[in-house]
Amino acid sequence: MSGYQGKKNIPKITSDRLLIKGAKIVNDDQSFLADIYMEDGVIKQIGDNLIVPGGVKIIEAHGRMVMPGGIDVHTRFQMPDRGMVAADDFYQGTRAALAGGTTMIIDHVVPEPGVSLVTAFKQWREWADSKSCCDYSLHVDITEWNNSTQEEMETLVKDHGVNSFLVYLAYKDVFQLSDSQIYEVFSVVRDLGAIAQVHAENGDIVAEEQKRILELGIAGPEGHVLSRPEEVEAEAVNRSVTIANQTNCPLYITKVMSKSAADVIALARKKGAVVYGEPISASLGTDGTHYWSKNWAKAAAFVTSPPLSPDPTTPDYLNSLLSCGDLQVTGSAHCTFHTSQRAVGKDNFTMIPEGTNGTEERMSLVWDKCVVTGKMDENQFVAVTSTNAAKIFNLYPRKGRIDVGSDADLVLWDPDLTKIISAKSHNLAVEYNIFEGTEVRGGPLVVISQGKIVLEEGTLHTTEGCGRYVSRKPFSDHVYKRIKARSRLTELRGVPRGQYDGPVCEVTVTPKVMSTVSSMKTSPAKQQQQQQQQQYTHQPVRNLHQSGFSLSGAQIDDNVPRRTTQRIVAPPGGKANITSLG
Amino acid sequence: MSYQGKKNIPKITSDRLLIKGGRIVNDDQSFHADIYMEDGLIKQIGDNLIVPGGVKTIEANGKMVIPGGIDIHTHFQMPYRGTTTVDDFAQGSKAALAGGTTMIVDHVIPEPGSSLLEAYDQWRQWADEKACCDYSLHVDVTHWDDSVKQELDNLIKEKGVNSFQVYMAYKDYYQMSNSELYEVFTFLAERGGIAQIHAENGEIIAKEQGRMLQMGITGPEGHVLSRPEELEAEAVFRAVTIASQTNCPLYVTRVMSKSAADIISQARKKGNVVFGEPITASLGTDGTHYWSKNWAKAASFVTSPPLSPDPTTPDYLNTLLASGDLSVTGSAHCTFSVAQKAIGKDDFTQIPEGVNGVEERMVLIWDKAVTTGKMDENVFVAVTSTNAAKILNLYPRKGRIAVGSDADLVIWDTDAVRTITAKTHNSAAEYNVFEGMELRGAPLVVICQGKIVLEDGNLHATSGVGRFIPCSPFPDFAYKRIKARKQLAVLRAVPRGMYDGPVSEFSMSRGGTPSASARTSPTKQPVRNLHQSGFSLAGPPTPEDVPIRPPGRRIVVPPGGRSNITSLS
Repeated sequence: MSGYQGKKNIPKITSDRLLIKGAKIVNDDQSFLADIYMEDGVIKQIGDNLIVPGGVKIIEAHGRMVMPGGIDVHTRFQMPDRGMVAADDFYQGTRAALAGGTTMIIDHVVPEPGVSLVTAFKQWREWADSKSCCDYSLHVDITEWNNSTQEEMETLVKDHGVNSFLVYLAYKDVFQLSDSQIYEVFSVVRDLGAIAQVHAENGDIVAEEQKRILELGIAGPEGHVLSRPEEVEAEAVNRSVTIANQTNCPLYITKVMSKSAADVIALARKKGAVVYGEPISASLGTDGTHYWSKNWAKAAAFVTSPPLSPDPTTPDYLNSLLSCGDLQVTGSAHCTFHTSQRAVGKDNFTMIPEGTNGTEERMSLVWDKCVVTGKMDENQFVAVTSTNAAKIFNLYPRKGRIDVGSDADLVLWDPDLTKIISAKSHNLAVEYNIFEGTEVRGGPLVVISQGKIVLEEGTLHTTEGCGRYVSRKPFSDHVYKRIKARSRLTELRGVPRGQYDGPVCEVTVTPKVMSTVSSMKTSPAKQQQQQQQQQYTHQPVRNLHQSGFSLSGAQIDDNVPRRTTQRIVAPPGGKANITSLG
Repeated sequence: MSYQGKKNIPKITSDRLLIKGGRIVNDDQSFHADIYMEDGLIKQIGDNLIVPGGVKTIEANGKMVIPGGIDIHTHFQMPYRGTTTVDDFAQGSKAALAGGTTMIVDHVIPEPGSSLLEAYDQWRQWADEKACCDYSLHVDVTHWDDSVKQELDNLIKEKGVNSFQVYMAYKDYYQMSNSELYEVFTFLAERGGIAQIHAENGEIIAKEQGRMLQMGITGPEGHVLSRPEELEAEAVFRAVTIASQTNCPLYVTRVMSKSAADIISQARKKGNVVFGEPITASLGTDGTHYWSKNWAKAASFVTSPPLSPDPTTPDYLNTLLASGDLSVTGSAHCTFSVAQKAIGKDDFTQIPEGVNGVEERMVLIWDKAVTTGKMDENVFVAVTSTNAAKILNLYPRKGRIAVGSDADLVIWDTDAVRTITAKTHNSAAEYNVFEGMELRGAPLVVICQGKIVLEDGNLHATSGVGRFIPCSPFPDFAYKRIKARKQLAVLRAVPRGMYDGPVSEFSMSRGGTPSASARTSPTKQPVRNLHQSGFSLAGPPTPEDVPIRPPGRRIVVPPGGRSNITSLS
């Protein structure tokens, strides 16, 4: 077998050895011309005049761009919803992803409240392992919060390679968690070295608005967007940033759909918060004016949460923020339903199953809207479609980079390719495509996944079930370097002062604020003892600065004992006279 | 009978008074004129006034005459766990008058679960007995159910209250959920009330307090450490969002930090109807004192939201106040003795909260904002009295020097210099959070209800003369815009054919709404049409009340025939 011999026999010939000649390799930091040699799904050599075994299959790139395969950080294939299942399963979905140049997806595990996280995770593994055509990983959504949830999160991180958990600020009475619960989840997530993802919408307000809109007699899909104005999204983003800052937890906002939400993220980053924003194909490529379409089925196809903004300048704005780095990664939030499934909500928009397509269109859309328009260059394109995702979720440099030792997930990109997106030609199971009629420039010419050619000359050669689960370690450097530095800085200390010895007013009624600590009214001396006991004995106190998590390896200061806070009863220089004025 | 010396002033003070040669300063302009007052009202303004003989005359000698200050936020005589704050209505309003404030607005705080009306009556009784100056009342809504709605209705319609405060902090006590806030705001927007908000995220505070105490931090520094300013900003942001959804005017009490103030000015730039109230303490001092080694001193600064440890905060807030991003000033005067503060000597969460400021408010703003050139004397009048009067719907009775307005005036001495200290202040508290500050500007003469109450440094306040001033709903200052928006914000459904394609089977419900009858036909629904609701917009119905557009209808057979729903676009 010598050289590339024609399309008829490609699927058969595709061996484990592959050479791309004359490629312009595009990473997120630079582009350069070189050949790439792959073997067993891994990149083995990069350079000129490589010495490769005979009989290897060769692809001539002719100076075209070869970039790391896309990583779609947000999909919901085969997602169950009230007894129905999303139209694109892992087979159909990953096929569509590959067709668009995406070689890895990260799907969301959505446990029904009451179902254990681990059980749901295993269910998703089973579905994906049997059907997925490309490598995948899994985020786990925290849909309720109790004592066992914490242990399960720990199990998932330690034994199952999960390092990201999503919480919902919306979906009141179903998935929504309270601020206190989110505070607790974030604390746990930080201790585990994972990333907190947030579905940001104020569910309380949404519920009230839905009631009001229905009472006004608005039952169609336009009610969906009317009841979820973009302020409600921005408010929730702001709140989660605040809680994440308090808990020193890295934050990742899924589905950034509106200008104001993106602004809140950009502002938080300027203030130094560790926060990442993920716009999706839909918010980058289309807007929410279609909710007013007279065609119910078309309007319903756009229903997703947070909704697409009715402001038609939104996509351009989000693309700009993506280009300048204020938003970092792109997902598709691909979650499709048939029109008959959407029709469950034909008389009540709150019942319409939510989600839009986008996994196939993502790369081309970003290329067309950002690179063709000059907002970003090809390297930044690689960063937002693949590298940043790999870094945040600790897959780098195995994924998201063309380098020796990295996975052989590559795309030969043709910037001149033009195509019109249509439901007639897409690789999805659904009747509608929200980007219908959009003409996009740029597309994948050849897609290589796991070292095998899966797309060539417009033909897909996917294999059901060959996708591997990629486990992700906690404490991703990209995220946790800063978090670790901060956790060392934020040690708080009390002021050592003399005991207050003046008169104390008698109190009759109940305390004004319920404090979480009991035994407040014992004498100060005793209490101090108690506190010391608390710190050193079995009271269930979580001392953040002595907590046992290892910061992914040994630290320089491990041998230095941390100082616990002390109250100095007799400070040097004598007691301050407490009761005098001044 | 002209002004004959200080000895006999209290006696002579008649119901007729003439100020000669003053420079009248309102929020819009300053001009020279004489003012003649009778029976507590301003009767004439101008030159060469014709006044009855024997009237008492004050020579102003070109000094500024400004409307008396309105302190829009006080907590006099506030019950606290069986005791009350040390400044009652007599002591508190006396201190107010000494500082040039001639009207206070106190907060009624009903215990959660108890009746709002009873609490209101109680406060009225206390204040009527003791107040030395006119007063109004805000009522705090500390819980939410149907009976509260009725009481609110009653308070607005019959009791002269137009502003109600809700709390986003004090978890498990005063705190309300987002849904409750939404309902309160909706209710107030319909009835012309102002929604005031104590903005702090109570849930996170509770968590942080637990964490501080576990770390062994029990002193007053724990108070500010457990309430970082982000939590204030977050709550302000959330309140603005809910108010904007419900089209309700929002008033943020106690703006204590830069970031909270930023959110307010941002919201105003986006067009929201929101007012911010920095208080004397946040304009005059900062939160570095929480780390004082003197426990009693540190504790005297404890208030919520806390003073910001960032020492550049007061200057920043004064700038925003001058630029109009913040609208009014209060004092949130709520003082406790050291012994009372010491209830929390071993646990900062138990320290009763509140700082002084009613006496220092006017002088402090003059010193920090006018003498520094941030604002002129007219803006000074606006932020110390006029804006407050407008929000409370008392303008121009209060907050302006005009014929027919109440004779609440201050002759302001821009050259006076005074050092604030607990030794000389009129409050009963042992500490003053502004201790040692040297401030320029002071009231020379204070006239309240047409009577001289401060002259030559002597206070002649009379306990019990203060009248309750009822505030009516729908203040123009806030509601003109709200009404216009209401007319615009009519939502309409898209008339489209019925979907007649196949419908999937589905089992359990998810994300459903509480509205039960959602699946019946649209015409049978119990539709609450907001635009036909029966409230009257502060007076007889105007043509505005006529429904502007037909209610949303679904057209089953649209003109031009049904669209074919199931085909592709």
